[in-house]
Amino acid sequence: MFTIRELLQPDSTREAYQLLQTEAGARIIAGGLFLRLSDRLTIDKAIDISGLGLDRIEEMEDHFQIGAMVTLRDMETDKALNSYFSGVLGKSVSGILGVQFRNMASIGAPVAARYGFSDPITALLALDTSVELEDAGTVSLETYLSDRSIKKDLLKYILIKRDNSKAAWQVLRNSETDFALINAAVSRSGNEVKITVGARPKCAELATGAMEALASSEWNDSDLEKAADLAAEELSFGTNRLASAEYRKDMCRVLVLRALKEVRDAD
Amino acid sequence: MQINITINNEDRTFKVRPDEFLADTLRKNGYKSIKRGCDKSSCGACTVLLDGKPILSCSFLSVRANGHAVTTLEGEREEAIKLGSLIIKEGGDQCGFCTPSLILTTIALKRENAKPTDEEIKHYTNGNLCRCTGYVPQLKGIKKYLGVE
Ligand SMILES: Cc1cc2nc3c(=O)[nH]c(=O)nc-3n(C[C@H](O)[C@H](O)[C@H](O)COP(=O)(O)OP(=O)(O)OC[C@H]3O[C@@H](n4cnc5c(N)ncnc54)[C@H](O)[C@@H]3O)c2cc1C
Repeated sequence: MFTIRELLQPDSTREAYQLLQTEAGARIIAGGLFLRLSDRLTIDKAIDISGLGLDRIEEMEDHFQIGAMVTLRDMETDKALNSYFSGVLGKSVSGILGVQFRNMASIGAPVAARYGFSDPITALLALDTSVELEDAGTVSLETYLSDRSIKKDLLKYILIKRDNSKAAWQVLRNSETDFALINAAVSRSGNEVKITVGARPKCAELATGAMEALASSEWNDSDLEKAADLAAEELSFGTNRLASAEYRKDMCRVLVLRALKEVRDAD
Repeated sequence: MQINITINNEDRTFKVRPDEFLADTLRKNGYKSIKRGCDKSSCGACTVLLDGKPILSCSFLSVRANGHAVTTLEGEREEAIKLGSLIIKEGGDQCGFCTPSLILTTIALKRENAKPTDEEIKHYTNGNLCRCTGYVPQLKGIKKYLGVE
């Protein structure tokens, strides 16, 4: 449970950003659901970003522009968005708690905060995705996730290039609505493939070795098995209360193989 | 802070703290169908409809409801009696703590998707936890209510 001393309601993203820089103890509040989980958190100045018009999914000329305050439920049900990439974005969020929760949780927050356990980050990273920040401008999601020098910024939009790639989503949970103990996504356009694995429990990363190996292969069963093995070898896994590193590594192989088969057989 | 909310078609004005949650504002003002179960955004017992969409009132800041329409079970008497009776007939109402929230969620489902499949019903209602039953009787009651047996 948290205490909010003062709620600031800026009118523009610029103003929100400036408040974040200048006000001591300021913190952005999106859905507030993750913040709320913390024990005895006091936020001196909560910057409410719900009034900044960041709650729309828009089809731009060559990309989707997704506002930071778009809810997970909108990501799940948006027809245009899910008519692309085999609906992988909707699938990635549909297992997160219940519909009530998804009507409140924002898509911007997990990306901005780089949550390791995040399901949608894994799917987004398998696509051609960038983030638009108020101060740092537009950077690729891959750069944002690895470059921790970008901080105390306001994430405004998630930008996803529209193309005809097919994609697949795989996730393993101990029970429905629990956190993922590992998740994976694959996208494929021609021979170009992206493989991402997240909740390891570290944040999603690309399995670049496996991706390269597949680019020059025939995509028969043994090629896919080799790629899945490579992904499990090149990525690092850790142990937490949900699963051990060894189990995650084994399951990484299984999920990546399933996802690869799914995108291959989608053609 | 002062907020104006339309609750069950009635315009109401409240003074709220910046960190006050909607569940508290509503319960304080007599809407007792809302339960606080887990207080961790996980059990669904505090469900209300915000502009027709189910949300968790235990985790929704009251100030954010300013200018919006909130529906609690008190505002859905007719549907609540219909669905509630069907769930009771199936033996799905034991301690009753979670039933109001399940009913509201099902009403929202019906308006979004009038003829859902079993899978769609389960997917839509899986944020409503019940600790007494195994969900089977509720599902039966919901299917009768929706006319999708
Ligand atoms: C009980 C529970 C279970 C969950 N299970 C899952 C799961 O299985 N899979 C999954 O993927 N996720 C899961 N989540 C995470 C959830 O989906 C959301 O990602 C999370 O709640 C954050 O969203 P929010 O809008 O509530 O953010 P908030 O709590 O408002 O913010 C979280 C953090 O991000 C910062 N922030 C928010 N928006 C921005 C922005 N635009 N720019 C910069 N910083 C920002 C805030 O300052 C804060 O530090 C779970 C969360 C909870 C509470």
